[in-house]
Parts: sequence; structure tokens; C-alpha cells
Amino acid sequence: MNGALLPATEPRSAADVRILVLEASSEAMRVVPSSALPTLFRAGDVLVVNDAATLPASLSGRTERGESVELRLVAGAGERRWSVVLFGEGDHHTRTEDRPPPPELGEGDRIELGASLVATLVARRPESPRLVDVELTTGPATSAADVWAAIYRVGKPVQYAHVPRPLELWDVQNVYAGRPWALEMPSAGRVLTGAALRELGRRDVEVVSVTHAAGLSSTGDPALDALLPLPEQYEVLPETWEAIARARARGGRVVAIGTSAARALEGGARLGTRSGITDLRIGGSTRRAVVDAVLTGVHEVDTSHFALLSAFADRRLLLRAIEQASSQGLLGHEFGDACLVWGQPREKLATRRGEDASAEASTKVSSRGGSCLVPTETRGPRTTGATVHGL
Amino acid sequence: MVARGKEELDAAAAEIAREAPGAQVHALAFDVGDKEAIYRIAGAAAALVGPSSIVIHNASTLGPVPMPLLVDLPCEDLEAVLAVNLVGPFRLTKALLGPMLLARRGLFLYLSSDAAVSAYPNWGAYGVSKAAQDHLARSFAAELDPIRFLSVDPGEMDTKMHADALPEADPKTLGRPADVASSIVRIIERAETIANGARLSAADFAPTKVEEGAAA
Repeated sequence: MNGALLPATEPRSAADVRILVLEASSEAMRVVPSSALPTLFRAGDVLVVNDAATLPASLSGRTERGESVELRLVAGAGERRWSVVLFGEGDHHTRTEDRPPPPELGEGDRIELGASLVATLVARRPESPRLVDVELTTGPATSAADVWAAIYRVGKPVQYAHVPRPLELWDVQNVYAGRPWALEMPSAGRVLTGAALRELGRRDVEVVSVTHAAGLSSTGDPALDALLPLPEQYEVLPETWEAIARARARGGRVVAIGTSAARALEGGARLGTRSGITDLRIGGSTRRAVVDAVLTGVHEVDTSHFALLSAFADRRLLLRAIEQASSQGLLGHEFGDACLVWGQPREKLATRRGEDASAEASTKVSSRGGSCLVPTETRGPRTTGATVHGL
Repeated sequence: MVARGKEELDAAAAEIAREAPGAQVHALAFDVGDKEAIYRIAGAAAALVGPSSIVIHNASTLGPVPMPLLVDLPCEDLEAVLAVNLVGPFRLTKALLGPMLLARRGLFLYLSSDAAVSAYPNWGAYGVSKAAQDHLARSFAAELDPIRFLSVDPGEMDTKMHADALPEADPKTLGRPADVASSIVRIIERAETIANGARLSAADFAPTKVEEGAAA
């Protein structure tokens, strides 16, 4: 019955996107056109976008023995060093899980990627045979600019079989994107056009940003997929925490634009540092410290994105929402339609679950049998961004 | 810094690094007239130095030289001039604008020309592209204030482009690019006080002029 959402098979204009609005407390749901987006918020609310630009994170090349191999960047691991997932022959037209495994590679092996760019395998990673660290160089006197220019010359956006036509870099950027940290597009931001930002400003709805290295949504290796989302780098500037504190003080609500913005805020509030790497996996047991609502895609059941929504509304309501979305012809995946979930009030959630929240939730999780929802949140006092950051 | 020729660009970057120790200089060899290059430039630049807050659009082309009359100019050559001088800056502005949209501050400078205002025989393609670029800056300013968009007429400079256009000109009568660069620095310093979308003359921001208050 579930998971019957059809995927959007190509990039669509923001004007064509519809938004399913779901209120967890009243269980009300309705579908509105994306042009109505600015009317969904009140003066004083604050929207938090992930301003990461999307990298051309798919690099294809050949081993020294001439075998085809594709690298998908996973995370920067220091100067010119990247963790990457390896794939064998083929490209995005084949479903990730059907791709042949990569050729056998050992430390020191080189992969020619074009434009003089060479990846040298420097370490294997314990999580999966497909996960390795490489060093990227363009020659003996490689400058950082040379490596970045080469990555941009040969790299393509990561994409999946449901979108057949090759994506261009401009297909996967939000209008406000800055530093290229995202391995896949933080696609919830697609509906925030320049006109929408302008209208939000007119309505005194503040828009601020975090930067979060939104990661791959599929790796082709079930063991690695089960670990998604992997730890991801984030940065939340003091100005953003200040804007959130101001919004709270005036009774405004905090809306994360995308699951990656939610992860940066909740993860950042827990770590209490301006930037870092968060391994927080938001799920049904997560007591939200910062975020009141999340705007995201329409996600199929038992994906990590769906799991994140369980922190805002219970599973039964989310299943109803997916049925509603599917019956109204809403589309799934990164170019699909959107879903705005107003969570149960944060205070109420904490009170109801009390100190046993984690234990209670882990029971629920195992009964679901989903592979993605493994809350790792530690128990402890409820924190907010404001208190953590001493504002 | 972005330009098409990697060797000259790398040499210029090395010279700046020598003359201004501690300055971060990066050279990216791309063509702003190439649609594919735009997000590559924006992405690589943001990866290297973070979000841009000041962008100077100074790449441009005359088209075929010697410059033909419009009536003799192939349409494709006009399109090629517009691709570099108008569509390139438009695309690159969009690609670099993101963080400024959220911060509500930032500055784009567009290098213009006298040919944007006055019509001269043989300068049609170039003049049209520069007039359009001036208006691009004004239009961005009307839409996105307080982010600032200014056009700057550098005056006639002793450059390879000028020699291509008017090989018979006496270089001694032409402005030095370094002086124009100094004027541009002064414009950047004063950008907040200048009407958004304005078209400026670099000569009005030369050191002596500024001291006289002519720029105010």
C-alpha cells in the first residue's frame, strides 16, 4: 500500500511543485501550490535553509588496468583527501543497487579521472569494501585551485536511475547556495525562489542559513546504506542562533528547510559548537531541541528522511499523509513535491516522553524492522540552541 | 581570478602573491562565455575562499577584429559577443549571488565602456553588449537592493583589447590599467554611499579627484 509514490523523473520548475501541509497536533492536512509557500508562515517565524551548494560529486574514470570505476565523494578528509564510495561499470541509468561492484583496488592504486585529475587510493575504510579514502592531484605541483577546477571540469552531479537525463550543475543548486559542501542537492530549497524569499521578507518571516554537507542517499552497499546518513559536517553561525533566539522570544516558530538543515540545527545544538561533524540520526525518539517544523520532500516509508519525520509526527499520521500524497498524485524524490510537517509542540513531546524517551523509542524502532531508523541520540537534559550557545 | 589563458593567469597570480605577501590568490582558467563554466567557476571559487562578497566582472570581448560594420557582422558573432559581455556576467552574477541574497549585502561591479552610451561606427556589437550590461546592473539593483550593482567606465586604457580595436592609438594618451584598478578600489570602499545601479566613471575616483571631493 505504501511506497506507491511515483518519482519525479526530471528537474521541475518551482511553480509546478505542490506542498502537502501536515499539522501533527490537529492531524489536519491539505495540499497547496508552492506559490502559497509564504502564506504558510506567520510574521516572526524563522526559516533555516541549508546554503550548501551541490558538488559535482560523481567522478568517472579508469584504473591503471583499464577498468571502469565511478567515485562518489562522501566527505572531505583533509587537504585534497576525500572519502569516496566506489562503483563498478555503468552509470546512473542503472539502479544503484544493481551496479556491479568496483574492481579490486589496493593502496597506491591510481584512477585516472580526466582533466589530469588522478585519485590515488590511500586507505580502505572498515565500514564497507566500497568505501575508501583517496588523494586527488592534477600533477606534481598541484595547487588547491587546480584540483577544484579539475573536480568541476570532470565531475557530474550524483543522480539516480529515476532521472534518466544527465543533470547539469545548475539543475542542482538552490538560489541561495554558497559553499559547495553538499554531495546531493538539499532539494527542499527548490521552492524558495527569489520571489518567494522577497515575499517572505515582506511578511516579516526571517530567512537564515546553516551550511550542512548533505550526503549520499544511496551507496549500493546494503551494509553502508544501513549507516545512512553518515556523520556530516555542519556549520551554524552565531547569527543564526541569534535569529532563532529572537524568533523564540517573539513567539515565532523555527522551520528547517530540508532534513539537512534540521540535522545541522539539532546536531549543532547538541554538540554546542559553531561547526563540527554530527552523527545525530533524527528519528521517532529524538526530542527536538530547536526545530518546530520541517519542509522536505514526500518520502517513502522506511527511508532515513521518513525516519526523520517521525520526530515531528507519529508514524500512523505520516502513513496517512503518504496515502494522501499518493492519491493526489504528488511525486516523490528530489525533484518531486514537498511536505511541510508542523511537529507536535516540542515542550509537550518532552513532557509526554519524559526521561524514558530513548528506551521507549528503541522498542518501537526494532518492531518496525526498518533498516534506517537507529536512533543514536544520547539521553540527557533537553537543550536549546540558545542555551547551548550561551545566548 | 578567472581568465581563459591558464599560463598568463597563473603568472599574474604568482606576481600578486609576491607583491602582497599573505594575500590569498587563486587562479581559475575558465571562459565566462561558456555556459558550462559558470557553476564550475562559482563552485571552485566558493570551495577555495568561501562565499564571495565582492565580484568584479571585467571579462569582455570585442568580437571579430578589425571590428566590422553591423551590416557586415555575422549574427553568430553578435551572439558570441553577447555571450561573453552580457549573458556571462548575468549567469555568473546569479551563480555567485546566493549568500548575498541571505546576507542582504554584497557588491557586483561591471566594467562598462564609453561605447555603452555613445554610438560609434564599428563598435556596434561591443556597444550594444555594454549598454545592455549597464542596464543589467540597474535592473539587478532595482530588484535586489541593498545588494549593490554598479557599472564602471574605466576610460580608454592601454590594454591588448584597445590595441586590437585601435592599433594606431598612441599608448601614451591612454590610461594605465593600474590607475583604473586604484579607482575601482576606491569605488569599492565607497560603494555603500553610491546610488545603487549607478554608472560611474573611474576617472572620477582617481586619487586626486577623490581628495577634491569630486566623487561625493
